Amino acid sequence: MSDLRTELKESIIEQLNLEEMEVDEIQNDEPLFGDGLGLDSIDALELIVLLEKDYGIKLNDPAQGKEIFASINKMAEYIEAHRTK
Amino acid sequence: MKGIYLLDDAIISPLGFTTEENLQAVRNERTGLTNHKNTFFPAEGFYAGIIDKSKLASAFKKLADPAGFTKLEQMIILAVHNVLRQHPETDLGSTGLIISTTKGNIDLLGSNSFPEERVLLGELGKVIRDFFGFAQDPIIVSNACISGGLALAIAKRFIEAGKFTQAIVVGGDLVSDFVVSGFQSFQAISPAPCKPFSKNRDGISLGEAAAAIMLSKDPANTNNIQLIGEASANDANHISGPSRTGEGLFKSIRAALLQADVSANDIDYISAHGTATLFNDEMEAIAFTRSGLQQVPTNSFKGWYGHTLGASALLETILTKHSLLNNELFSSLNFDELGTSEKINIIKKPEKKKLTYALKTASGFGGCNLALILKKGVDD
Amino acid sequence: MTSKSLMIKSYVHIRNNKIFRNGKEIFALESGLETDFLKQAYKKLKLNYPKFHKMDGLSKLGILATAVLIGEETVDPTTALVVSNSNSSLDTDLKHFESMKNIVSPAIFVYTLPNIVMGEISIKYKLQSENTFFISNDFNGHLLKDYSEILMNSARAAAVVSGWIDLKNEEYDVFLCLIDEKGNIPFSAEKLEQLYRFENE
Repeated sequence: MSDLRTELKESIIEQLNLEEMEVDEIQNDEPLFGDGLGLDSIDALELIVLLEKDYGIKLNDPAQGKEIFASINKMAEYIEAHRTK
Repeated sequence: MKGIYLLDDAIISPLGFTTEENLQAVRNERTGLTNHKNTFFPAEGFYAGIIDKSKLASAFKKLADPAGFTKLEQMIILAVHNVLRQHPETDLGSTGLIISTTKGNIDLLGSNSFPEERVLLGELGKVIRDFFGFAQDPIIVSNACISGGLALAIAKRFIEAGKFTQAIVVGGDLVSDFVVSGFQSFQAISPAPCKPFSKNRDGISLGEAAAAIMLSKDPANTNNIQLIGEASANDANHISGPSRTGEGLFKSIRAALLQADVSANDIDYISAHGTATLFNDEMEAIAFTRSGLQQVPTNSFKGWYGHTLGASALLETILTKHSLLNNELFSSLNFDELGTSEKINIIKKPEKKKLTYALKTASGFGGCNLALILKKGVDD
Repeated sequence: MTSKSLMIKSYVHIRNNKIFRNGKEIFALESGLETDFLKQAYKKLKLNYPKFHKMDGLSKLGILATAVLIGEETVDPTTALVVSNSNSSLDTDLKHFESMKNIVSPAIFVYTLPNIVMGEISIKYKLQSENTFFISNDFNGHLLKDYSEILMNSARAAAVVSGWIDLKNEEYDVFLCLIDEKGNIPFSAEKLEQLYRFENE
């Protein structure tokens, strides 16, 4: 369970080029957007790409992302329920 | 305020290869958007305004062998040719050439039908210059989706500064897999023909076109439209997301009005950017409201042409020019119910109305915004 | 239109793994663990701007060059950007083109326009000003000089950051200068051409 969360943090740092950030700086329940990691709309689209590439999940409605990408916990829960790889 | 004059023009689009054919289609609410299949899209395909290659080639054959020119070059050359044909007296030694495009011959990537360097915009410029024999190197502007309108502003600035007395501005862009796949990754393409400013709008339709116009310090004998104000401002906010406050567009409109010495109350018509993305149209409605332009009849031409990128602001300024000349307001195709938080006045039905001043706006990636003010008639 | 007496205040070159300010070398790639010149320069200049790492090469070059050019000084908010190059955004275009074979990345696609570098500079320095990106096969001092002059003489801009930011296949060539009324280097097309070529002389 927690492995997926660590894996997610690693790939988010890598995929979104958060170079100056370490895995343990991202909290599981911390908001990813807005005040949290300060991600923006392009990052949200990149996370959609990440879901597809790494977990075989296709999101066609960007509005869905809002809930799924609320935090690492939310993302991990969604992936566990919907992953195809 | 002294302006520069918008003389003869040409439009090459899916709606026709002359301005008159294009105006007829817009008047009759006949769209250029049709369904296309593409590997980047699911089975239902997507809507775009795409020029038929063989039709283009048969029109181009009268000028040269189509095999020697890319699709975009054929479109641009035809547009410039159609303008020059109306100005046989043009001295190519002193006439400026300004080209606007975002992606140029980007469809050549990965193809070997032309030399590799043909993908460079500078090479595109050379092809156009040499085809007609312009003496000066063209000025090439690539400034995202405001390029075509910014090219007009640049022409005005150079003419005012006395760098040349007249110039041809031409803009063109293609619907390529390159651009389609990119906008699709932004989830920004509507599965249906785009619906600017509507409540149920859900993204853009792409389109391709070339448009050209002759600009001059001096008026023509009749039918004069002037460009009397132009300004551009960056949002300094985000590279792809429109500003939530419409700041850059608001600033552009304010500066253009000031330069034109015209008040918001004088504006009879707005040709908006109106891409039909949720955020662009909302941003524009906010900027228009902040500028005191809420009541002004407004439309978007994207429902006919789709978003023609580096050609769009030029194409739409040419249509605006004809609106003013003919005292004719075109509708905003595919609009049903207003879907912006600010109440703006979207044109529902074509209408004959006396028009003098128009505002053309555009916004693009990189946070850029542009406003142009057009005026009918000649100053004393 | 009033005619102001315009001067070049400062200029920057980024070439061959080196950065020069007003012709003097201020940074050269050092051997070590960090082999990425742009990243090493970012650290050396202490930019502390994490968004840098999200940018494409052209934007990184623009951010580095303006950081050297402007430094800690406050710039007039109407400072215009007039940038040019020959390869447009081709470096990133090729990356996007490659990605089309698999999954397209929106974070790459957004940089497939040459003017995005001006958007990034505008955001960093809060410049809600005129931006224009010109394309020409070679550096065109006349075009940059004429256009910058028009923007300043017509009061559209109080200063202009103007020059060349070009990148293709890891090969880059950057020359930017800050033009205002306070500098002491004469401003002319010939001077721009001369400064642009300085290293190759």
